[in-house]
Amino acid sequence: MSEHHHKETFVTKYIFSQDHKMISKQFLITGIIMGVIGVLMSMLFRLQIAWPEHSFSIVEAFLGHHQTDGVMDPDMYLALVTIHGTIMVFFVLTAGLSGTFSNLLIPLQIGARDMASGFMNMISYWMFFISSVIMVISLFVEAGPASAGWTIYPPLSALPQAIPGSGMGMTLWLVSMAIFVASSLIGSLNYIVTILNLRTKGMKMTRLPLTMWAFFITAIIGVVSFPVLLSAALLLIFDRSFGTSFYLSDIFISGEVLHYQGGSPVLFEHLFWFLGHPEVYIVLLPALGITSEVIATNSRKPIFGYRAMIGSIMAIAFLSTIVWGHHMFISGMNPFLGSVFTFTTLLIAIPSAVKAFNYITTLWKGNLQMNPAMLFSIGLVSTFITGGLTGIVLGDSALDINVHDTYFVVAHFHLVMGVSAIYGMYAGVYHWFPKMYGKMMDKTLGYWHFWITAIAAYGVFFPMHFIGLAGLPRRYYTNTAFPLFDDLSDVNVVITIFALIGGIGQIIFLVNFFMSIYKGKTAVQNPWRSTTLEWTTPVEGIHGNWPGKIPSVERWAYDYSKPGHDEDFVMQDVPLKDGEEES
Amino acid sequence: MLALFYIFLAVAVALGIWQVNRLTSYGKVILRNDKNEEVTAISKLEENPLATEKDNDLHGKLFLVFLIGFYILMAYCLFFLNDLMLPESASIEGENDDNLFLISFVMIGIVQFATQGLLFYFAYKYRGINNRKALFYADSHKLELIWTTVPAIALTLLIGYGLYTWNDVMDLSDAEDPIVIEVYAQQFNWQARYAGADNTLGRGNVRNIKGINTMGVDMTDANSADDIPVRELHLPKGRKVVFKFRSQDVLHSAYMPHFRAQMNCVPGMVTEFGFTPKFTTEEMRVQEETVRKVARVNKVRKEKGEDPYEFDYLLLCNKICGASHYNMQMKIVVEEEADFYSWLKQQKTIAEVVK
Repeated sequence: MSEHHHKETFVTKYIFSQDHKMISKQFLITGIIMGVIGVLMSMLFRLQIAWPEHSFSIVEAFLGHHQTDGVMDPDMYLALVTIHGTIMVFFVLTAGLSGTFSNLLIPLQIGARDMASGFMNMISYWMFFISSVIMVISLFVEAGPASAGWTIYPPLSALPQAIPGSGMGMTLWLVSMAIFVASSLIGSLNYIVTILNLRTKGMKMTRLPLTMWAFFITAIIGVVSFPVLLSAALLLIFDRSFGTSFYLSDIFISGEVLHYQGGSPVLFEHLFWFLGHPEVYIVLLPALGITSEVIATNSRKPIFGYRAMIGSIMAIAFLSTIVWGHHMFISGMNPFLGSVFTFTTLLIAIPSAVKAFNYITTLWKGNLQMNPAMLFSIGLVSTFITGGLTGIVLGDSALDINVHDTYFVVAHFHLVMGVSAIYGMYAGVYHWFPKMYGKMMDKTLGYWHFWITAIAAYGVFFPMHFIGLAGLPRRYYTNTAFPLFDDLSDVNVVITIFALIGGIGQIIFLVNFFMSIYKGKTAVQNPWRSTTLEWTTPVEGIHGNWPGKIPSVERWAYDYSKPGHDEDFVMQDVPLKDGEEES
Repeated sequence: MLALFYIFLAVAVALGIWQVNRLTSYGKVILRNDKNEEVTAISKLEENPLATEKDNDLHGKLFLVFLIGFYILMAYCLFFLNDLMLPESASIEGENDDNLFLISFVMIGIVQFATQGLLFYFAYKYRGINNRKALFYADSHKLELIWTTVPAIALTLLIGYGLYTWNDVMDLSDAEDPIVIEVYAQQFNWQARYAGADNTLGRGNVRNIKGINTMGVDMTDANSADDIPVRELHLPKGRKVVFKFRSQDVLHSAYMPHFRAQMNCVPGMVTEFGFTPKFTTEEMRVQEETVRKVARVNKVRKEKGEDPYEFDYLLLCNKICGASHYNMQMKIVVEEEADFYSWLKQQKTIAEVVK
């Protein structure tokens, strides 16, 4: 393929590119921009939680007519938490994480010239781009952006009388998400087809690196569950604009009875969480896949229990589609369903525990190379365990009654899917930056970045469990209306300080990332001395990936420190020696 | 506190400038090769780009320090923030809940302590040394069997106890002669209605809302006349109370943390929840935990120059419902049964209110 030197213009190379490596960079940069917006919002509303009556000039500068004298309005507070959630979950941790690394790594690690359909891949990115733009535009509408929480439960999200954000802001939110779902579906289908059909000679499914397994299963979950969100959004659009009653019934608001009759918000909750829960794993599994790769490489050891890891990914994926009801224990659905969902939910702890133990065992008796990617991967295992364990409390319907929608939940999901997935994303960026840009990122800045982030993350989310257990509900504009919560205000101040430190600390990453693109040291072909196929391609990253023939695969991906070899790694395209057994 | 933050910020900015400076110093350098000709190259590459032995040593040790810090944080939260947590359950049904919580918390605490310890200790212990080869150890079915079955057994116990508690709390069919109360949510208020002498609530629908009939009670229903609308909840100690929840506009969630009770209020349907109050408000106020809590709260309030606080049970809204979601509350008073009935007798029935 590389023999065809068809001319590439600026537009086909950098904008409407069909090359998976360029598309992955586009996803990453867009994800980073959205991430900056999302994190800034969280810092703004943390200011409000810690110092509710204090006037901040930064609030005045950012929020325009949604504030008075530097104190944000309650509606704007709700809008900020809503859009923060939406952006972080969908735009950063779904598209930014999966979009970036699935696109970059799938062809490179399975030995393919490109994705099955480069054109669809391009469309997938541009739909994501358009949906990002619409989401950002929605921040500037007169009445404010969507503000019914990222879960947009109707009737609050359906009635502009109930909250101003449910006007034009909500419409744009729904349009943006509909396009986002389409983008995600096109991308996922492409990933599945590529992994199934374009593997190079010798790349059996059981020789795929765990990153590939994670991306493959993630794509399948996405295809199964995202369409349900689309239908939920469409029905909500019908209710909002065409007067149907899918989710609405018996409503009296602003002094009048509305005509809606016979619908139920519980239906929306079912539809939403049928995506919403698998979404957690759509976010998390790629991060775990990246971690598997980074931990094995930098421990100089094979990943422990390769087959068990694949098994647990599959088990998690399967179970993730039958646990959504644990978000709805107290929604008014039949208590019997609560029992069923408690059972399936707690089952998920088993494959999750297997994964955590396998990571720890991989470190055991390794020869750990502490580069930034490795630090973030170890950090991920830590937050995954801390956050995962509190899931045992929340997944138990009887306990959920009392901690539902408190800060305990906020702490839980931020650790287990927010921080963990972000760590996975950082690990991936540090590890594969040489593959993206042919340069190395600065190690020392990477170290600073990790330690500040790690301390800030636990500083924010660990104490948060305890204010949740004190009964403090989430999404409260201020806690001063309840003297009951006055003694929690100190903890909230500490949390906010750590949040600001953590947020500002990410500047280190931004500087490192963008400076390294231009000024970083040139990378060697296989800087981490890794075994997988992407490190057999030339550093400069050519169209078609390999200049000559695609290498064929002769062994699994984890021959690190294998006895009988001089080097402590054997690449996947090296044939087995006489008498050598494949692991 | 804020000063600390500014100091940290200044240090971070200084470090940032220093490091960025270092980064910009990379670039083209002129070297001389064997034949003494000038060649340009990008600044020199390290021999081992993975991480140097020095890096491994430093960050391995930092992980150990981090572990110790993390243990201190956990201990601090457990011992000092523990007191922030809600006091003993004020409902009989909530006792099981508290037990289950304790069991779960001890279990996850032990696992957390052990696994974090192993993770960071291994990160320290096996930090890389040049020329050492890692152990090639790819699989052990025995180990994997252990950490599949042990969590499975532990979870079976938790699921069993959890489901028992859940059924106990959610099953209201066996309650004998319960007090029936409707809790009615609207942006941003709570109202309530006692079932009255016949202990049956009259039908309600938002289409009946008119003037003073703010809960939309159907006055043509024979069960309605003796219903008693109120703005403050009173509950008798030791009697099962069954709540029927309705909402007139958006989703709300009736959260009564001290009773371990919560249920969403859903427009268009009636949801229910029940419990038996265990302590009267007065009894709760003199409990040691509550006294400590109130003292802590009042210390904060005194500094801000606000009125002192006295403990009361509360009903809060815990589902995002609009601008004043943060201030949607209703006081709950638990009293002896005799006091409860004398209070109830003083309240007007809906027939008297809505003429």
